[in-house]
Amino acid sequence: MKKQKHLPNFFSNLRLKSKIIYGKRGFGDLLFKTITTIITLNVFIILFFMTYKILEGSRLSIQTYGLSFLWGTTWEPFPADPSKMPSFGALPLIWGTIVTSSIALLIGVPISLGIGLALSEFAPKRFNFVVSFFVELLAAIPSVIYGLWGIFILIPFLQGNIYPFLQATLGFLPMFQGTIRGPNVLTGSIVLAIMIIPTISAVSRDVFSAVPNTQREAITALGATKWETAKIVINYARSGVIGAIILGLGRAVGETMAITMVIGNSFNMVSSLFDPGYTLPSIIANEFTEASYPPVYSSALMEVGLVLFIIALFINALARLIVWRALKIAKGAETI
Amino acid sequence: MNKYMLRRRKSQTIIILAYLALVVALIPLISILAETVIRGGIAVNLSFFIEMIPPLGQPGGGIGPAIQGTMIVVGLASLIGVPIGVFSGIYLAEFRESSLSSVARFLNDVLTNMPSIVIGIFSWALIVTVVGWSVIAGAFALAVMMIPIVTRTTEEAIKLVPATIREAALALGIPQWKTTITIVLNSAKKGIITGILLSIARISGETAPLLLTILGSRFWFGGFTQPTAALPLSIFNFSQSPYSATDWPRAWGAALILILMILGINVVVRYYTRERYG
Repeated sequence: MKKQKHLPNFFSNLRLKSKIIYGKRGFGDLLFKTITTIITLNVFIILFFMTYKILEGSRLSIQTYGLSFLWGTTWEPFPADPSKMPSFGALPLIWGTIVTSSIALLIGVPISLGIGLALSEFAPKRFNFVVSFFVELLAAIPSVIYGLWGIFILIPFLQGNIYPFLQATLGFLPMFQGTIRGPNVLTGSIVLAIMIIPTISAVSRDVFSAVPNTQREAITALGATKWETAKIVINYARSGVIGAIILGLGRAVGETMAITMVIGNSFNMVSSLFDPGYTLPSIIANEFTEASYPPVYSSALMEVGLVLFIIALFINALARLIVWRALKIAKGAETI
Repeated sequence: MNKYMLRRRKSQTIIILAYLALVVALIPLISILAETVIRGGIAVNLSFFIEMIPPLGQPGGGIGPAIQGTMIVVGLASLIGVPIGVFSGIYLAEFRESSLSSVARFLNDVLTNMPSIVIGIFSWALIVTVVGWSVIAGAFALAVMMIPIVTRTTEEAIKLVPATIREAALALGIPQWKTTITIVLNSAKKGIITGILLSIARISGETAPLLLTILGSRFWFGGFTQPTAALPLSIFNFSQSPYSATDWPRAWGAALILILMILGINVVVRYYTRERYG
């Protein structure tokens, strides 16, 4: 008897409650979604203003020099002859960036892939945790400390031991000729290589570990050695590896402080690796605060920033595309 | 059999080379840590922490204003960056299928990998041209670097929360927004705090954007629209000084303090999240 009386009451209560809750939920959820949407738009606003401000800042330089800015080879904010216009051309900077990043990749990629393989294929799991931790610490050290170490430890070491040896053995190549200076393009590239190793090795370890075990088991069952198994793993994960290398390239191109401190900061088309040079970021770091006059000087440095901005966008889009394709292929393989 | 031995030998050689790569990569790390501790340890004493920065080449003094400046700029950047980053992360995780999410995620990646010097000239053009070299310009630049990192880690942390927890909450009739704020955020708390701490460690060491925004100074904090000192800038300035006897040890001392701060945060975070590595 009691139950029967209670039941309809309970249901009507529930309906009433659900109405209240539903009504509230509709409003609260809408409000929540609106607020978080607006906050998420921050990245659009930041990138819009970044593009706008950098374009606006480099307008004067673009109008004055046009496309010749990209292949000009002089950088004279204060020409010796006062009747002449200041002239700016960024080709040696672009060249310096290409040379340092390529050598950094040349040194850094084999080492990083070795680390990735050691951690995912060869080393025991316990060991893995400790080493991954140290490699991540390498990524956490600030750029300016790499620069400090470069100036006071690495340069004296390389200048005393490695560079004379390199010149003695490989001196017949033009890129190893000339006077050896401590701060030079090769020193900059070596510091960059050290700095991109954590990025590339961490990503390649992850893509190697993501290779399904069936691949390893199948080839091992055929009698393959550990290296032959690893080759299958590398081949399977190759798009991921390329993505990792492009991420490292992005880091090398944009790196500023460490390379500013060790590359020697001299504006010329480097032909020998022992020459001091300049890169796109390092000229901005080195000259921007003193470039208040003439106005076209700071505008030219802004345009250097614009070139860097475009390169960064391009590298990012490329990495994104390759990783996206790699994931698609991996998913396809799983369904098979 | 002979061929088999050859293959095995090749395999062993490559394994040795892979381990060698590991050792080669760890040498710089060990060298940097050891040199910083040895060379910086000589310079660091109590007055180094609390006294004003001397002009280049002068004996005495310390780097008090640089420590203060770094704390103020990083603190202000976190005040701007953390809420924006966390809320964007919540959006990306909760509405992960929306078209806004996929575009925002891509742009977020672009911003994460943007060279720091580009963010520096952007902040210069946006803020320094209006208010001059200032703390707020520096904090803005660092916040721009911090937001995408916090967004990313928040999103990842929320995605790890099991769907069952969310479903249980929704089944009890709790509205979705309340579920997110109370239950989902609570489960993802650890991951989000980890992300925030790591991003603070990351921006504390940034130099290039600060060079173009807060400029550097020898004096104590003088207001949000004034230039200020910062640890990374002090390291850079002292390292460029010609006075080896007075200034180079100061650069190493400042580096020691910065590295202890950053690696301290990293070690603590890794220690508390170590189960992720299995």
